[in-house]
This record gives sequence, structure tokens and C-alpha cells, in this order.
Amino acid sequence: MNTMMGLINLEHEHHFFHELTYFRNGASVPFAGRYRLIDFTLSNMVNSNIEEVAVFTRNKYRSLMDHLGTGQNWELDRRNGGLFVLPPDWNDPSDISKGDLQFFHNNRDYFYRGKASYVLISGSQFIANMDYKEAFKYHLERKADVTLISTMIDNEQPEHERCLRIEADDLGWVKNITNNKSNPLLFTGVYIINKDLLMTLVDQCIAHHQDYFFIQGIKENLSGLKVQTYEYKGYSAFINSIESYYRHNMNLLSEKNYKALFYKQPFVRTKVGSYPPATYRSCANVKKSLLANGCVIDGKVEGSILFRGVTIKEGATIKDSIIMQRCTIEPGVYLENVILDKDVHIKANQRFIGSKDKPYVVAKRKEM
Amino acid sequence: MKECVGMLLAGGEGKRLGKLTKEVAKPAVHFGGKYRIIDFTLSNCTNSGIHTLGVMTQYSPLELNKHIGSGKPWDLHRQDGGVTILSPYTAQSGGSWYSGTADAIYQNIHFIDQHDPEYVLVISGDHIYQMDYNALLEEHKQSKADVTISVIPVPWEEASRFGILNTTDDLRIYEFDEKPKKPKSNLASMGIYMFTWKTLKAYLLEDTKNKYSSHDFGKDIIPAMLADDRRLYAYRFKGYWKDVGTVQSYWEANMDLLDEDWRLSLTNKTLMLYSNDSDFPPQFIAETGIVKHSLINSGCWVFGTVEHSVLFQHVVIEEGSYIHQSILHPGVKVGRNSILERVIVMENTEIPEDTFIRIGFDEEPLVIDEENLYEILHEKTGGVI
Repeated sequence: MNTMMGLINLEHEHHFFHELTYFRNGASVPFAGRYRLIDFTLSNMVNSNIEEVAVFTRNKYRSLMDHLGTGQNWELDRRNGGLFVLPPDWNDPSDISKGDLQFFHNNRDYFYRGKASYVLISGSQFIANMDYKEAFKYHLERKADVTLISTMIDNEQPEHERCLRIEADDLGWVKNITNNKSNPLLFTGVYIINKDLLMTLVDQCIAHHQDYFFIQGIKENLSGLKVQTYEYKGYSAFINSIESYYRHNMNLLSEKNYKALFYKQPFVRTKVGSYPPATYRSCANVKKSLLANGCVIDGKVEGSILFRGVTIKEGATIKDSIIMQRCTIEPGVYLENVILDKDVHIKANQRFIGSKDKPYVVAKRKEM
Repeated sequence: MKECVGMLLAGGEGKRLGKLTKEVAKPAVHFGGKYRIIDFTLSNCTNSGIHTLGVMTQYSPLELNKHIGSGKPWDLHRQDGGVTILSPYTAQSGGSWYSGTADAIYQNIHFIDQHDPEYVLVISGDHIYQMDYNALLEEHKQSKADVTISVIPVPWEEASRFGILNTTDDLRIYEFDEKPKKPKSNLASMGIYMFTWKTLKAYLLEDTKNKYSSHDFGKDIIPAMLADDRRLYAYRFKGYWKDVGTVQSYWEANMDLLDEDWRLSLTNKTLMLYSNDSDFPPQFIAETGIVKHSLINSGCWVFGTVEHSVLFQHVVIEEGSYIHQSILHPGVKVGRNSILERVIVMENTEIPEDTFIRIGFDEEPLVIDEENLYEILHEKTGGVI
């Protein structure tokens, strides 16, 4: 049957989020008031009728595991299919595989056993609210071996530097995958591949002692494969650094961007909490901000994003900042261009000011 | 064997809530920006370790059944016990609707006996309060009572609106006065009963034979037990409790949540309040938005001004609008330059631009839905600016 399974491959994602990734991987960095980066691709998969999702993760995954749980928030706690977090096996002496190939190799049975005949592979750092069914339909129509999902960018930003560019002919057949900065057609890191082909290529790569499936199995093997590109045209963001993380959070404070990312049903899903609605007290003064439930606001909040359970006491001012879950800001504090990780406590009458390019980041659970 | 089984009465229509209960049972009415009224009692059970709970439904149960589901938000999705919806049924011996609170329990004796409990807690799903039932159970055991009824002191001038329990100094009940003209005590029954199951069962079996009985706890069972000189005790509850029986009291209870010093708090860490959570994104407060003294749930868009109000999920307030002392249920949209004061707007109602509806302080807050919106706009209470 023509069905897809999902694979979220975090193996080759770099953790360029400094303080934010000290104790978690990039996929579980909190985003937009109540989400984690991984929620977007995971929700897209579920909302595109994918019923089985595997995750490759090698390190700093405690927070990720806690977030994903049994997959229940994505309705992936199923009798058949569902969510599988697949760690690599470090202790097999006969295993010569490396990089993400090690995951494929160690979980070979899992891939053979699944009913789906296609695999949609994605990272976590491309943020969009996208229907993968369209791309899948395209993949089947074009009878491609591989379909790379791409997106056109208007202006080059620092986060695009690490993205691969796609050169294709008029019929969408991919001729080259490069690092050419003048090409605005970016590879989103999301692609669809036929499962049998995937496993064959995996074996080839392992036999050649390779360590990066996409680069060596597909990019350097283009001539031997029928590779198509499907262009995604909606709102999107690449997030792979503190600066891009901050900027794309702030972009959501525009009504247009917020609607484009969130108001397409079905919604992006995440782990739910049991926080009450946000409480605004008499001194609350909130403008141009996103607030999650459980916040208690008695100060000034402007151009900021507040995660669940944040307390802003009377006379505190938060400007252009990102305040994560359960932070407490005491009276008289002034914050501007600041990112506070979870559970930070800022004591009374202090000022912290960062810049837009280099926001001031405070690591988890600090008392300042 | 279970020590205590909870029986939650949730079949009430709540006639005095008017439009609010037109399509849902009273326990399923939206409350507090995110919850439904029944969440308070369901969460109380969770917080008190009562993991076997029967919920008796009757009137318009669809929303209620859907809301409770498997009981997951309250950790009541269990193999052994958990939450069971008990609807009226037919059997070989016939069948009937639940004709009273006691009859509802009587018809489910087999459910209770399955769990073979020592005690049965009878509560109703239409009161707002946060309580640990263990304290009630402890007192019940200590006084070796047949039933312990939770009571709350009410202002003397209001006592004649309640079922008043007259007790001796050691809280033994010797008299039950339903809405007394001249109250002797100000201890009102909260409709929370901890029964010793053996005793209750006997009284239920007896009561059902009585053709003239209304099969009600307050009117029949308790008076019968008093007449037999059974051990009835009162348990004094300290805290917030409100029967949201009327539109006025429903509105007041919501407004009480906005009071910083009030005893009713949604952020109580020991008595957490649980409910179904929605997938709506965080709320969006625009450049032009002003929010003060309010509760706002996720998925809301505020471009106008909101003061002293409760907004449920996915409410949109357009620019130039002013919302004051109002409760807006999920999916309500308020067009530009509208003024709403002291109103309750029902789910998914769209208030057009330039609407003006203001209810005076001495009047009962107005419940608005799509049906009566047009009428209201052409009456004296409201209009087009």
C-alpha cells in the first residue's frame, strides 16, 4: 500500500544554541510559547496521516524523551505503529556502521517490519505548518526514487548559510545539490524516499565505510537516482542558532506570521499541561506579545514571548524577550533582548539588556 | 474491596441557568476560562485518592460524556475502578429515568456492590469548591457516623435560602431544615455526603418501596435517618464553595476567580484543577490590546480592551472593542468598536461590529447566543452605536 512512515533524524543536527542546548538537544529547544522545535515536523507528520514515526537521537535526549512520552499528545500511542525512539547500539563489536547509518543498521528489522513502503525523513530545524500529503502525491505522480522538499527564500539570512541548495531542471529533476549561496532554492532537510531503496542505499553506504546517509547515499549519488524536488511555498523558518532562534520567535509577533504558522487546522500539537488560563492583574500592561497559559502578569510586557507558568510581578518590565516555562521575575526588574531558559528566577530591581544580534541568554534554573 | 467509592450526580438540568444549559447538562457548562463546572469535583476526587467513581448522567449528556471520556485528564482511566458513566438503563425488570438523587444511587446499587466499599461518597457535579474528601472520611470514621454531611457557614441573612443543619456542640445533627424561615443555625448543607454503605443501602431499599417518596437525599433519606435516630454528623468545611445555580451566581463565581485575595484559586498546588487541554497556540495580545484583571485562555486574539473578564479558548476581540465584567465562551468573536458589559456570550457567537450591550449593576447578567442576539440588538439593553 502507498503509505509513508516518518523518520526524524537528529543525528547530524548541530547544537548551536549555546546555553539552550547545554542539557538538551536542538530538537527539544522550547519555541513560540508552548512548543519544542520537534513539534512542528512531528505534528506535520501526524496531520498528514502518518501513523508511525521513528526518531534517531544519540545524545542529550532526556528532555526529548520526557517531551515525547508515549506519543500520546500526537495520538501516536497506538497498538499498531505509533512512536519509536530508536537509540543506537554502542556495544556491538561486529558493527562497522557509523553516523546515522548506525541507526539504520541497528534498527534494520524495524524498517523491514513496518507496513509503509515510503519513508519521509526530516530533521527538526525546519519550522513550517505543512501538509506532507501534497509532497507525497507529487512523489508518486513523478515516479521518483527520492523527492526533496525545497523552499525559495527572499533574502539570505545567516541561518541559511548551512543549508544545501537545489539545482533542478524545468521538470523538477534534481541535477545538483550544492552550497552555492546565490541559489535561493533551499533544501528543507525533508525528503521522501522509497523504503526498499533506502535500505539498499544504507547497505551500500555501510559497505563503503560512510557515515552520513543523505550526503553520501543521495547527494553524491545523484546520477544513479531519480531525484525530484517539490517546492513548499508557505511560511517557514530555519532555526539553527541563538540569533535565528530569537529572530524567528520575534517574527511570530506579527499577526500575519503567527496566523501562517498556527492558524492552519489541524493545529501544531505539543505536550499538554494543566495550567489555568493566563491571569492578568491590575497592573498588567501587555502589548504585542504571545502568552501561554499559567502566566500571572502584573507588570509590563512588550514584544515578548512568555511560556507556560511565567510570573511577572508588579513593576517589572519585559521588552523584546523570550521567557521560558515557570520563570519568576520579581518587582522592578528590567529585561530587554533577553532569553531566559526554564525555571530562572530574577530577583528584584535588576537590569539585563542584550542586543538583537546577541540576546542575553540565561541558562536553566539560574537565580540572578 | 474498596474503602470508598465516589458517586457523582451529574444529571441535573439546571433550569435556572436558562440558555447556559439549553444544550448541555449543568455540570458541563463552561467555567473559569478553560474548565467545565464538573472539573472541580472530578479533580477533588483525583486529589483525594478516590479512584473509583460513578458519574450519573441523564440530561443532555453528550458534551459531558465527551468531556469525561476515559477520564484521562483526572488520572481516572484505570483498569481497576476508574471513572464509569452511569446512564439510566432498561433491564428485564423494566427501566426508568432517575427520578431523584437517591433513586439514581438506588438504580446503581449493583455498580457500588461490584466494588464492595465500606463507604460511599455522594457528591454533585454542579458546585464550585476545592476539597480533600479524606478529611471528611476521617471525621466520618472517628465519629462512627452513619452519614457525615459537609457544611459551610453562610451569612445569617441568607441562611433561609439553604438546607440548614441544626447540630449539637459536637456537630451531631438533630434536625434538618430545608429553607427555614427562621433559621436556628447558619450551617448549610453542601450536598456532600459520606455514607457508610451498609446503612445507606438499607435506606435506599426501604425508600424505593415508598410510593410517596420523591427519592431525594435531602427530602427523604436524611429525614428518614433522623427519624430513626441514626448517627448523623456535620463536617465543617473551610474554604470557597458556591452552588452556581443561577446566571447571577454563575457570573459571580467566575468573577471571584479574578479576585486576587479570594479563596478560590486555579493555581492551588495541593488541590490542582485538571481538565482537557486544547491544542490552541498561545494567546496573541496585539499592539492595540489592553488586558487587565482578567483570565485569558490560549488561542485568544486581543486587539481591543478586556477588563474584569474571563475569555475561553479561541476568542477574538477586534480593535476598538471594550469588554467589561463579561464571560466569553470558546470561539466567540467580537467585531470592531463594540461594547459588552456584564454579559455571558455563548460558544461560537459572533458579535457584529459597533454592537453595544450593557447590563446594569442591579440586573442579572445577560446570556447571549446566536438566537437572541438579534432581539437584544433591537431592545433597550443594547443597540447599534
